[in-house]
Amino acid sequence: MDIAVFTLAEQLILTLAALMLFTSFLLLAQTRLLTLIHIFALQGGLLCATTLLIAFTYGRHHLLISAALTLGLKVFFIPIQLQKLVTHLDIKREVEVVGNPTFIMLGGAALVLFSYYAVLPIRELSMLATRNTIAVSLAIILLGMLLIISRRKAVVQVVGFMCMENGLMFAAISATHGMPMVVEMGVALDVLVAAILFGIFFFQIRTEFGSLDVDKLNRLKEVD
Amino acid sequence: MSAWILAIVQTVLLLLLAPLLSGWVKWVKCKMQCRRGPAPWQPYRDLAKLMRKEVVLAEHASPLFRATPYLVFSVTALACSVVPAFTLGLPTAAMADVIVLVGFFALGRFFLSLAGMDIGTAFGGMGASREVTISSLAEPAMLLAIFTLSMTFASTNLNTMVHFTLTEPFQIHPSFIFSGLSLLLVATAECGRIPIDNPATHLELTMVHEAMILEYSGRHLALLEWASMLKMLIFGVLITNLFIPWGVAQTSGFIPCSVGALSMMAKLMGIGALLAVSESVLAKMRLFRAPEFLSLAFILSLLGMLSHVVLEVH
Amino acid sequence: MYLNLAHFGVLLALLAAVAPLPVRSINAGVRIAFALLGISGLTCAYAGGRVMLSGTSLDVVLPIGLPWLHSHQHLDPLGGFFLLLVGSVTAIVSLYGPNYLISNGADSASSHTLAVFTGLFIAGMYLVILAADAFSFMVAWELMSVASYFLVAHDHSQHENTRAAFIYLLMAQAGGLFILLGFGVLAGFGDNFTFSAMQSASLSPHWEHIAFGLAFIGFGMKAGIVPLHVWLPQAHPVAPSHISALMSGVMLKVAVYGFIRFCYDLVGTLHWQWGVIVLLAGCTSALLGVLYALMQHDLKRLLAYHSVENIGIIYMGLGLSFLFASNNLPALAALGLIAALYHCMNHALFKSLLFLGAGALIQQSGRHDLNHMGGLLRLMPITGICFLVGCISISALPPFNGFVSEWLTFQTALQGTVLESGVIKSMVAVAAAALALTGALAAACFVKVFGIAFLGQPRTEDMLSAREVSAGMKGSQVLLALSCLLLGIFPAPIINSMQAIPAALLGSGLKSIKTDTWLWLTPVSAHASSYAAPMVLFGICVAWLAAYGILHPRRRKIPVRFSPAWDCGFGPLEARTQYTASSFSQPIRRIFRPVWPIHENVTPATETAKGGRYSIHIGDWAWDKLYLPLGHLIQRSARIAARLQGGNIRTYLAYSFFTLIVMLWIVT
Repeated sequence: MDIAVFTLAEQLILTLAALMLFTSFLLLAQTRLLTLIHIFALQGGLLCATTLLIAFTYGRHHLLISAALTLGLKVFFIPIQLQKLVTHLDIKREVEVVGNPTFIMLGGAALVLFSYYAVLPIRELSMLATRNTIAVSLAIILLGMLLIISRRKAVVQVVGFMCMENGLMFAAISATHGMPMVVEMGVALDVLVAAILFGIFFFQIRTEFGSLDVDKLNRLKEVD
Repeated sequence: MSAWILAIVQTVLLLLLAPLLSGWVKWVKCKMQCRRGPAPWQPYRDLAKLMRKEVVLAEHASPLFRATPYLVFSVTALACSVVPAFTLGLPTAAMADVIVLVGFFALGRFFLSLAGMDIGTAFGGMGASREVTISSLAEPAMLLAIFTLSMTFASTNLNTMVHFTLTEPFQIHPSFIFSGLSLLLVATAECGRIPIDNPATHLELTMVHEAMILEYSGRHLALLEWASMLKMLIFGVLITNLFIPWGVAQTSGFIPCSVGALSMMAKLMGIGALLAVSESVLAKMRLFRAPEFLSLAFILSLLGMLSHVVLEVH
Repeated sequence: MYLNLAHFGVLLALLAAVAPLPVRSINAGVRIAFALLGISGLTCAYAGGRVMLSGTSLDVVLPIGLPWLHSHQHLDPLGGFFLLLVGSVTAIVSLYGPNYLISNGADSASSHTLAVFTGLFIAGMYLVILAADAFSFMVAWELMSVASYFLVAHDHSQHENTRAAFIYLLMAQAGGLFILLGFGVLAGFGDNFTFSAMQSASLSPHWEHIAFGLAFIGFGMKAGIVPLHVWLPQAHPVAPSHISALMSGVMLKVAVYGFIRFCYDLVGTLHWQWGVIVLLAGCTSALLGVLYALMQHDLKRLLAYHSVENIGIIYMGLGLSFLFASNNLPALAALGLIAALYHCMNHALFKSLLFLGAGALIQQSGRHDLNHMGGLLRLMPITGICFLVGCISISALPPFNGFVSEWLTFQTALQGTVLESGVIKSMVAVAAAALALTGALAAACFVKVFGIAFLGQPRTEDMLSAREVSAGMKGSQVLLALSCLLLGIFPAPIINSMQAIPAALLGSGLKSIKTDTWLWLTPVSAHASSYAAPMVLFGICVAWLAAYGILHPRRRKIPVRFSPAWDCGFGPLEARTQYTASSFSQPIRRIFRPVWPIHENVTPATETAKGGRYSIHIGDWAWDKLYLPLGHLIQRSARIAARLQGGNIRTYLAYSFFTLIVMLWIVT
């Protein structure tokens, strides 16, 4: 109905936001590790496309650097590292999901609705046409967290964490058209370091416990 | 008066085109699989052959068994007159909206399932049981997709819905993309194509739709086969005209209608080719994986509805 | 005049309660009682219909009742609609009743009790609709509940039947208590207990919420909302079939009437929170009702769970109406109310049809389990066709009546896009999707019922002795089937005649219904959606005749040959290879497994015990999680409180001693 007030570029941005939300749902439903990593790479690609679109539509050329960073890190480097990790650790088997998949998906939908309700007051503050996407960004962050708490394999939890970071990036880009460059570099570096550290830790955990199932870490508690 | 004649022309045209669409899908599939398959007009020959053959009925078939092919065919033929295929000016399109159209298919399916149970064999019961399960799971996805579309169109009348996209300037709606994908998945389930059901299978334990019509022969079988081809045609016309309506005539003049008919056939060829590609690439899923497929359709339409509420309302 | 006519109908029903007592012959007594009930039904239906059409309200104060509160009676379009519903179903059931009881072989004591309590039950229902003050309402309500208890407990030789009747009575009393408290809240703010005083009372929103909560639980317990529904699947299979038809078709609607009267008329202002609660309760009841019904193989228990589902659909319409009314959209609220009321009428008709048909089946075959039936269509053709009409109507398929009310409910839900809150919009959308799932599952269930009971091969030998039932039983089913078709083909004139109801309650009717048309049903506008049921029926007939005519040319008709069914080459088929009720619904049981408590037992075959055994029992979560713990809690606290009764005489004297000391201390 009211979408006619948006220009074509803005409609495309809204479409890309909806597709990113869809990839978050696909991550929730996916049981195979390699496909999970590929979907995460796809989400990074969508984020890069959104950044490029906003850069060209609104003339914010510093976002081009941001887009290049996203492309390099989120679409190529991190997924390739994770894929090598998965192959090396030999854990390409099925992932177990905690709880009923249908309920988790419905819970995800409820989270989207909840984030819409939560950001209703904030929407009024933004002057931009793409303020509707703030709800979607919050939803992607919450869905990333849902991914972390509903899975047992540690690699999936890393992907969930990266997904949360994607949501934050998306919020920054679509609602405020980018962050100061320093902040952006810092965040990107943090993510890179986190990925490397995770890789190192996984080797150690695997050597000590023989498995990357985080529920096995329950053995660490003091009281029996 | 001329509008009613045009309605009859549309019904007859769609009735005649349905076997061609089915033949086209099979022809493209054969080409993709590097096989030499039948010509696209083979289904016409098959239907004509069945019409000429003797009807063999099981000994304890009830009158309901004999009436079902006629009922299913009449309901599907009526549905042909309701969908806006090549023109919007038809009065019959106002007699039923999209929900009534879904109701027509449900009526046909009800009687087909009953006919499957009529003879008292295990195959019929199995087909009926599977068919009602799959269609129950497909209904909420279909309705939610229609709901999402009607949130934008503010109507469920098929003429109004197609007219809206034709007259408004070009817009990209995220909710339409999701609803369209969901409707494609639901249409695959409703028409009994791979990955839900294999229409060309010969193994009774893998059948869903075929198991219900296993006991039919002769002209009864011809009517039922024709009805299922019509169903696929109607779903194709509905989905293409809802989402890509350009070419549909808005008046009942001869030139616009012919242009509309040609564009409809082109779009149907496209969607038929898409169906053939997906049937070659995917494999038939076992029955208890069909709920996963249909919950994917439901999540897509749910996402479509959510993206409308969240993103598209200013 | 019409109010007097309605009172005459009540008196006829009371007369029907006592008339058979002095008559010597049982059959004559039964026939006289039902004839009187039938006439009372027709009179009340006529009176109600005329009042609904005219749009006026009638009041009278009768000199009976309490000295300071005489019985106020009131008949307005809403009451007229429900009186029409009760009266017409009563009249049709009284056509069925005599032959059913006589062929069941009634003895004098049981038929006298049945006659007395049936008359009282029906009189109670009329009086509930006519009551205009809380006292008359509660007296009539209790009359209805207690009389139906005796009807449910009719076959008290079996222990399970008395237990089911006891649970029914318990929940009816609990519900009645909640309703009484609700009236109390309203009367506390008004001057006295009359409805007009309650209408003019002004409550604070806090108290309005409390009154709504009490009325929702009280009326919901009688209507059968999940989780307050547990009495329904226990009481309906136990009662005689025509009583089950009356209870399910009519009594549940009287509860809906009470709820509508309370919220729309007595409280007046409708809040959006109530709309959300009623919508969610309706959604849950509809889904859970149909899922539980799918798993049943006792025919009447299955139909009872379907009543839960349909009450859920009615409540969904009401919830949507509340949401629109609270957002100042009276025309759309009227649409929701009309959808709910139309579904009330439809359900009364097709559920009674199904119960009457089930009664005929059970009586003729001697079995009530679907797994033992089969192949009855050729032995009982008229019953079969009418039952098929009932199955098509309840599955909400065009062109019968169930489809119209579900279509109207969908249209109301689709209008939810004009609501402001995005969260509520999404909730309405998901509720509409749940309604679609419910409708499809209901169709699945009735394919199962009709396919297993009437089609296929007989599964036990008892089926072979079934014969078509007598004229009265057939006639009543045919009448109900015809009315289902009529209400499906001519919805527009019927909705036109119901316009006075929302006009009185909400202040606006459905503006878009053109008053001179019988063809088009356009609830919102012709642009938005339209349905022409007569054209649909005509189109189907034309297409059928064309197909038949083309394939059966006079000159050379292709013959039909009969042969055995396809058996895959394994030899002659047995009736035991057919699908049973449990196997038909097995895929759905597997997909929706968390919904039911399932107890499966498999004993594999051994050398000594050839032929394994498989048994499956489906319970009800509401019973296990809510009522049994509640029952245990009550028993535990009763045991604790029983410690007061120590049995020691010195303890009792000590109680009096300490009470005396406390009283003296208070007085000083």
